Parts: sequence; C-alpha cells; structure tokens
Amino acid sequence: MPKQDSRRAVSRRKFLSTVAAAGAVTAVADLNTNAGATPTAIVAEPPKPSAVRPSAKVAAAETGLPEAPAHASGAPTSDFMVDVIKSFDIDYVAANPADSFRGLHESLLTYGGNKKPEFLTCMHEESAVAMAHGYFKIAGKPMLVLCHGTVGLQHASMAIYNAWCDHVPIVIIGGNDLDANKRVPLVPTYHSAQDIGALVRDFVKWDDTPISAPHFAESFVRAYKLAMTPPHEPVLLAVDAGLQEEALQDRAELKIPRYVQTAPPQGDSGAVREAAKLLVTAQNPVIIADRAARTPNGIGLLVELAELLNVPVVDQLNRLNFPTTHHLNQTGRAGPLIAQADVILGLELSDYYGTVNTFIDNGAYDREPKTKAGVKLISITSADYYLKSNYQDFQRFQPVDVSIAGDAEATLPALIEAVKSALPADRKSALAQRGDAMRKAWSETRQRTLKAATYAWDASPISTARMCAEVWAQIKDEDWSLVGSDRMFSAWPTRLWPMEKHYQFIGGPGGYGVGYGSPAAVGAALANRSEGRLSVNIQTDGDMMYAPGVLWTAAHHRIPLLNVMHNNRGYHQEVMHVQRMADRRSRVLNDGPIGTQIMGPDIDYAKLAQSMGWWASGPITDPKELAPALKRAVEVVKAGEPALVDVVTQPR
Amino acid sequence: MRHYGLSAAIATVALLSMFGPANAAASADHGKIVFMKEGCWECHGTQGQGAITGPRLAPDPLPYEALSAFVRSTNRAMPPYHENILSDADLADIYAYLQSIPKPQDVKNIPLLNQWADKPK
Repeated sequence: MPKQDSRRAVSRRKFLSTVAAAGAVTAVADLNTNAGATPTAIVAEPPKPSAVRPSAKVAAAETGLPEAPAHASGAPTSDFMVDVIKSFDIDYVAANPADSFRGLHESLLTYGGNKKPEFLTCMHEESAVAMAHGYFKIAGKPMLVLCHGTVGLQHASMAIYNAWCDHVPIVIIGGNDLDANKRVPLVPTYHSAQDIGALVRDFVKWDDTPISAPHFAESFVRAYKLAMTPPHEPVLLAVDAGLQEEALQDRAELKIPRYVQTAPPQGDSGAVREAAKLLVTAQNPVIIADRAARTPNGIGLLVELAELLNVPVVDQLNRLNFPTTHHLNQTGRAGPLIAQADVILGLELSDYYGTVNTFIDNGAYDREPKTKAGVKLISITSADYYLKSNYQDFQRFQPVDVSIAGDAEATLPALIEAVKSALPADRKSALAQRGDAMRKAWSETRQRTLKAATYAWDASPISTARMCAEVWAQIKDEDWSLVGSDRMFSAWPTRLWPMEKHYQFIGGPGGYGVGYGSPAAVGAALANRSEGRLSVNIQTDGDMMYAPGVLWTAAHHRIPLLNVMHNNRGYHQEVMHVQRMADRRSRVLNDGPIGTQIMGPDIDYAKLAQSMGWWASGPITDPKELAPALKRAVEVVKAGEPALVDVVTQPR
Repeated sequence: MRHYGLSAAIATVALLSMFGPANAAASADHGKIVFMKEGCWECHGTQGQGAITGPRLAPDPLPYEALSAFVRSTNRAMPPYHENILSDADLADIYAYLQSIPKPQDVKNIPLLNQWADKPK
C-alpha cells in the first residue's frame, strides 16, 4: 500500500503480524516483571544492553511464518471475476498494487496465470490510466486498470479526466473495503469510502458497485459495452475487497452475460441529405475533422468524401483523420479557408466555437468571428448524445445550421452516398479545377514550412524543427508510430512527416492535463510492440516529471520506445502566461518568471532514464551531435529496449 | 476586422519609416541580453526565428518604426511593452540584435530538409 504515511507504512498483512508480535513482546515484558527482581537489585547490577534478548516465543513471532488463516470453503469470488474479465479480449491490466484489490490481484496471477490480462506494474495510478489511454489509441481496445479505492483513484483522477475528454474507453476497477465489520482498522479504514465512484462520477460514463458475483458479471459486461459505444468513455466498477475474498457458493450456477458490441449511432438520414445538399452547392466548402477517424477505416471514408467534392480538409489532429500527403490536406491553411468558407462541415469537433471564433487573451475578452457572414455550419458529433454538467469539456456553445447527433465515422458512408446522389454531372469540371488549386496550395504550404524550418537551424538550444528533422532521418525507413502530440514543438511532425496510417499519429491528452505524455507513449508503444512497429515519442520535460516512474515500468516490461526529450527547461506555457501578465501590467520580472522554469539544477534526463534501466544519451546542446545519438537509440529500440535522447531545445 | 486595421497601421508606419532606429549606437550584444531578459525569446525563439506561439522576427526584421509601433501599441495576444518597462534605447538594441542575425541557408542546401516530397500524392 504505497499511499500511506511513512510512520504507518504497513500493509494489511504486515499490520496483523505486527499486532501479533507486539502482543508477544507485551507478554514477555509481563513475564520479566513477574520474575521478582526488585528495583534495588536492578540498580545494583551492571548496565544491561538496551535490547533484551528475545525469548523463544518472541523470536518465533519475529521470524516465523504467521499462522495460516482459516481457508475459505470454496474458490474465491475473485476467481470468478477473472473468468468474467477473461471473457473479453483484454491483454493487459495496469495497476499500482494495493490491498483493496489483493484478492483479485492474486487470482489474476494464479488462477488466471497472468495471461490475458497480463499484469503491468505501475508506479502511479495516473501512469496506469494514461498508459491505458495511449494503448487504446493504437490497439483499439481497452486495457483494464486496477485502482486502490480512495487514494489510488484520487491519483488516477486527472488521467481519467483526460481519457473522458479524449473519448477513450478504459475499464477501471476500484477496490474498496465496503463492509465496516470486515474492515481492518487504521490504514484500510482510512482508504475506504461509502462511494468511491463519487470521486470520478463527473467524468466516467457509468459506474456501479456490484455486491455479489452475478452482479459483478452483469456490471462488468455492461461497463465494457458502454465504454465501447461511441462516444467512447472510461467506466468504473467499485469492487468490495470482502466480496473478492468471499467463497463462491456455486460456481456452476454463475453465468457471464454474452457481450455484443453496440453498433455506433448514425446520423438522421434527412439531416444527412440536407448536409450533402449544402456541401454540393457550396463554392468554398471546408471539412474540419477532430476525432472523426475513430478507427483506421475513418481515414479512408474521409478521403472518399473529400475527393468526391475536392473539398479541403483541416485536420485538428486529436486523431490522424486525413493523410498529411494528400493534396486536400490543407491543415496549414486553416485560417484563410475558414475565413472564406461558405459551408463548414465539422466532424467530431471538440471545440466548434473556438474553431469559428477568435478569443483574444488581452484582458478585454475580445472575440471575433473567424468566418464570413452567411456561412452555413454543419456538425456531426456523438458528443451531442452524451455530456455532463460540471466539467466544461463541452466548450462554449456554438449554434449551427445542421446539427446531426451521431458518430461521424458511422455517418460518413451515408453522407458519401447522399453527396453522390446530390452531385449534378455539370459540377464535375468545376470540382476538378478546385482539386488543381488544392494541389498548388499544398505545395506552396510545404515550401513555406520548409523555409520556416531553416531559421535557427544551427542554433543552440536546438531548434524544434531541427530536432524533428533529425528524428525523421533516423526512423523514415521503419514502420514507425509517433505516440504523442506535437503541439508543444510547433507541430513539425504533422506539418512535414508523411502520415498516412491511423497509428502514425495518436493526438494529445484530451483534457490537456499535464502528465499524460510520458505514460501514454509507453501504453501506445506496448500496443505497437506486438505489431513490430517502432514507437517514437517527443517528450516534454515538465510532463515527464509528473510521474517518471513510468520509465521503470517500460524497462521492466521491455517496452521498446524511443523517447526524445524536448527539454526546454520550463513549463513553457506558464512561462509565457506569467510574462504576459507582467507585460499587461507594465511590470518587470527582474528575476525571470520564477515558478515556471525547470533549471538550477538542470535535470539530467539521461541519468534519470539510465537509473531505471533505459539506454540514454544527453543532454545534447549541439545539433551536430543529434544524428549519432539518435541512430544508436533507434538501434536499441529495434533490439526491443527503451531508449532516451535528451535534447536541450528552443521553447517551441 | 480588427487585425486587418492593425496590419494597415503597421504598413503605413513602415512606409513612412527609416529602416533602422534613430539611435545609431544601438548594441546588438546588449540587445540580445534584453531580448532574453524581457521574455521576447519565449514566444519568438532565442534567434527570433518564430514558432507556433509567435511570428518570426529575424532575419530581415520589419522596419524599426513598424516594429516599435507594434511593440508599444499591440493589444492582442501579445501585450504592449511600454517605455517604463522597455526603454527606447533597449528596444533599439533589440532591433540591432534582430538585424545581426544572419540569413539561414537555402532549403536546397540543407539535406535534412530535402527528405520530404514537395508535391502531394
């Protein structure tokens, strides 16, 4: 139990054995007192050692095995829970160990054979959940996470919120000592609650507290089913420790409900036809996609729709929605395209308001529309089916002209057919001309991007463009997967690297909770491992330091991952925020933005990684030293081990 | 829209301006120190190369008067730097630093920037 005060650092089992030993010591002390030695006699004797030689009874209590507990009369309920879990295709269970799920933990290892799911030893619950988050975005299926009911779930909560915002399913089991009569005093009682689900209920799709074996089976299947129905979201089951350890009455009578995946919701056919009509007749339509490609199939569907009309696509990149090499990928021209658009189709946008409005962070809360008057807005999103009140992840309200509640990927086939039906033959020539213009614009954007990359090319700290170009040179011939976001280093990879496969880019954290990047990359790399892909993460320094123990988890489980540190030695967003406040108030930060920079001492990320079993190199400040270090690191990763290269970088 | 108006104002100032600060004794070395101390590097990079957080400033900076007018009057994401926190002399030194930054190599001469296609598929 890692969450307790060090003064009381005892597990439940150790607590019990300590109580037993203390009782034995007390008994020995009583015997000594009864031995008849008078105070005078004691004073007269030479000084004795401070520790009394243990009696045979004390020695036995200290060194012997504890008395065997009374055996349960049958198989424990946690064995049945493993049967339920194994009825799903779940490869891994991530957890930081805790007594409130000790019964299930033991069953997974022995009865379950530590296979499907295999246990992943994590050093923080936030790491466990974020690993599951990254894992899903590559594997397309959930990981199981076990959490200690109160303190563990509190640690996990930020990562659960990220998964909620990013529409990622994770099945979480929180252990809890529900029955006060069975609950061990002190630590396990501190770690118990009436309702652990209350901690995260605002940002899980569903939670339950099953109180029997059949109830667990039903709730687990329901939880998995709801998590996997778009919009995907995390779910939680609070599972009583006593129930886990309770003997099953009649295993043969217990049934596991059959799981059938729910078909994702498709948009209303009339509204889809209306949207198609607007797109076909528009002069300057734009498609904007955020989490539209829920699966690899989504990319193909979006390409088909865009090519039908030669519509430019702006990818907001919470998933890879559209190939970066395609002439209709006009992400770099989002501003002018949105400004000129007469129809905008938004697919699973997390922030439609922010997409079509500018908010100026100048203290006056100024805002301006990015669009021209009369623009028609279409929205297709499963988020319209499901939101909650408290947390504001649903963003500002944006009125639209055609609002379709439905999963975008599931709705695209119908929209494609509707566009085909609505497209008159005489439009095809005009649409072809639009395609030529897009090819030209794509090439112009590419030239501008390359030109931008030349500035500060040889600088130290190393430019982020140089870092990303050097990384690309080492991985371009591999089957690679970028398992992190690129927004903190000017998005060079999505601007330059050819990304055509869904797994080549997995987007960001969703809720922008810092501490996601490093563990999510490890989880995604785990999913890539079985596919033989080379996983690459460009890792920000501040994010790394939230829970660096995930480096040990990666080494321990031999998860190959290339981590390239984007080490700008600061929480740079906050560096800029504090500076902005000072400037706005006409004040000078004489000693710099104290509280936002990570320097003095400068963290040696190579040594940090090496201490946890990684091959590592750096810190590198001379760009000429990057290529050999990265080359060696790629060799290590290809051999199946994690490697880290610490690069001291420009801020963005 | 507002930013078009601001751009027009900058352009007007630029047309009327000289191509350097009035202070002929401006120091690029001191300008670099001020550029770092005042936090310009945070959004624009240590060589003014620009980033997703702020536009490129160098090489070939805007005419001094245009840059100065913007720094003193902007009220968008970048707040203004008034004279009481950034003197005219220091701003002139920053400008000297930006002017001292050499032009980069041509894209064609950087092999790492020639590893990507220049045309879409």
